[in-house]
Amino acid sequence: MKKLMLGNEAFARGLYEAGCKIVSSYPGTPSTEITEEIAKYDEVYAEWAPNEKVAMEVALGASIGGARSFCAMKHVGLNVAADPLYTAGYTGVTAGMVIAVADDPGMHSSQNEQDSRHHAIASKTLMIEPSDSAECKEFAKAAYELSEMFDSPVLVRLSTRVSHSQSAVELCDREEKDLVPYEKKAAKYVMMPGNAIKRHPVVEDKLAKAAEYAETSPLNKLEINDTAIGVITSGISYQYAKEALGTKASYLKLGWVNPMPTQIIKDFCAKCGKVYVIEELDGIIESHCKNIGVDVCGKEVFGCIGEISQTIVAEKILGTKPEFDTFDEAVPVRPPVMCAGCPHRGLFYCLSKIGVTVSGDIGCYTLGATPPLCAMDTTICMGASISGLHGFNKARGAESEKKSVAVIGDSTFMHSGMTGLVNVAYNASNTTVIILDNSITGMTGHQQNPTTGKNLKGDPAYAVDLEALCHALGINSVRVVDPYHMAETEKVIREELEKEEPSVIISRRPCALLKYVKHKPALKVDTDKCVGCKMCLKVGCPAISMKDGKSVIDHTQCVGCGICTEMCKLGAIVE
Amino acid sequence: METRSIMIVGVGGQGSLLASRIIGNVLLSQNYDVKVSEVHGMSQRGGSVVTYVKYGDDVASPVVEKGEADIIISFEQLEAARYVQFLKKGGHIVTSTQQIDPMPVITGAAKYPEDIIPKLEAKGIDVIAVDALTLAEQAGTAKASNVVLMGVVSTKMQFDEDVWQKALEQCVPPKFLELNKKAFALGRQAAG
Repeated sequence: MKKLMLGNEAFARGLYEAGCKIVSSYPGTPSTEITEEIAKYDEVYAEWAPNEKVAMEVALGASIGGARSFCAMKHVGLNVAADPLYTAGYTGVTAGMVIAVADDPGMHSSQNEQDSRHHAIASKTLMIEPSDSAECKEFAKAAYELSEMFDSPVLVRLSTRVSHSQSAVELCDREEKDLVPYEKKAAKYVMMPGNAIKRHPVVEDKLAKAAEYAETSPLNKLEINDTAIGVITSGISYQYAKEALGTKASYLKLGWVNPMPTQIIKDFCAKCGKVYVIEELDGIIESHCKNIGVDVCGKEVFGCIGEISQTIVAEKILGTKPEFDTFDEAVPVRPPVMCAGCPHRGLFYCLSKIGVTVSGDIGCYTLGATPPLCAMDTTICMGASISGLHGFNKARGAESEKKSVAVIGDSTFMHSGMTGLVNVAYNASNTTVIILDNSITGMTGHQQNPTTGKNLKGDPAYAVDLEALCHALGINSVRVVDPYHMAETEKVIREELEKEEPSVIISRRPCALLKYVKHKPALKVDTDKCVGCKMCLKVGCPAISMKDGKSVIDHTQCVGCGICTEMCKLGAIVE
Repeated sequence: METRSIMIVGVGGQGSLLASRIIGNVLLSQNYDVKVSEVHGMSQRGGSVVTYVKYGDDVASPVVEKGEADIIISFEQLEAARYVQFLKKGGHIVTSTQQIDPMPVITGAAKYPEDIIPKLEAKGIDVIAVDALTLAEQAGTAKASNVVLMGVVSTKMQFDEDVWQKALEQCVPPKFLELNKKAFALGRQAAG
């Protein structure tokens, strides 16, 4: 039976069919659904780890323990997990270990558009890349075979358009794999210098063997049509090239990213006239082609920024341009916003009003940087809010400590904020940290985390006590506020900023989109009282707008949070 | 058959993912090769969102580019104006008349254009505009405006109604099925 499946869902199906037993991941768009989907299969143990490094170590441990294992992450998550990855290249695996890493060309939901293929090359591990949902399933299964054949973790590179596109997939049955019996192999798995020195030549040898294998691997596909134009490509770029050029070109679609084959590329180029390399982001295939001495054209035409598309391929190679109508007036942009009832809104309004420097982090609350709140100065990576502000305060001194805060979500704090907080306490800066505890991992679409009291399967789990944790890390002043009560929240922030010690404020209120959160009836504007002063618009709620000089509240969006009633000094917003 | 393209545009949270799943299932049941592309993550938080549905004998790229869409389904008027560039010459727009002010309009930094639908029609584009929100509320919930629009779109595609009904059954949880069937029927009626 054929089923429409997201690339991520199909990938999860491939893991299941291949007998994967242990999964540990940290959510990150566009990789999240792989782990959510595989958690639905009872035969597989799946968990959310606090971060990608932990997840990858769990997966490696499971592989050493004899079970086919898996972890998923977004491209920047692989930076966090790079430490175990680079040494896992040396140790190799016992049962197969597969890692999915989802790149985000075009930065639909990311802070940079780094190319994960560099990590595969640098860590000397294998990497393959599918181009649609059916291949996601096929490549997930192939990855386990390759992992066990070459004694290496196998990375599978996905991208937003592969992960988040649905196409038809044929389902097969699961092939159960017995646990590989455990044997102590210290020379392979204890990576102290004496052992690691002996492993490096082994790694080089298996890469050479894998490169040889890649020459005849069915994961690389050759399509010979008109040979005037040749295209070497991989992943989603193949689909763009195919749509734009059809049978006007021949294709060498590389399923293997690392190591790449050599001879089939040379043979392909010998058959074709002009050869283009079409790949998103960096010129990895192109560099390989140039290194092996074939003449190709790539980044000079396509550049290394953002996504490619069929239109770009057609324009650059065929010189064609699309025709279309346009709307003749300026169309206002519609950037993402904090939802109506979002607990972060009240907190960020207070920060905006106090006028502090805000060291931000990764999550829904990064939207606090956007108008009208504009209450954020920096956002770098997971966890950088706290450690970055500590550095900022060390540079700028006591005055800065009284005029700055770090903001970080509950999940991000568990991911990599805790270590920054230890540093604040240990190396004594009077930094004020606000943990935005909305009881869920919000931005990626509501995943559980160690503070929520539930695990990936939704079963009850140990919930980290954030107050006790902050105390234990060395913070004496830990206070809790409800961001729906802005006057009190503002007062507490001002008090903590004044203190001559580091402090943590936990701004606690569950995400308004959580199913268990009960909403109040939509609020209304009393048009007799409303004078059109626009004070209520200052909180940037998408449910409030102005019509004919008065505020109006969209009843389909409003959840009755009451933030705007606190803004209105005339009492014009009523239940 | 040459590949055909549908774009579903709206505001994050309006239910475009369900709409794309319904259409995807309709097309799969007719034995087309189908690709549906969604964007998850940050833009889902009240931003402008786009979903692509493509079908034919052999669909390659999952994305729709400027000048390629046979039909644009818009959950909100301003989004119809924003994405009209993606419409193929001779294509159709199905739009809800709902207006949701984006943040630059709320803050006063920009103005919501007036008379969007007549201005699109003046370009010779076939536009069907329905008050999907009111019809959805008649069916039982404002959330069903996506399914109302599916009812409208079903009249612009060549498949029998029972094919759409089956897709609804596949995509909607049983306890909301009756409500959504009603929303779908109201959409079909509104299309005339």
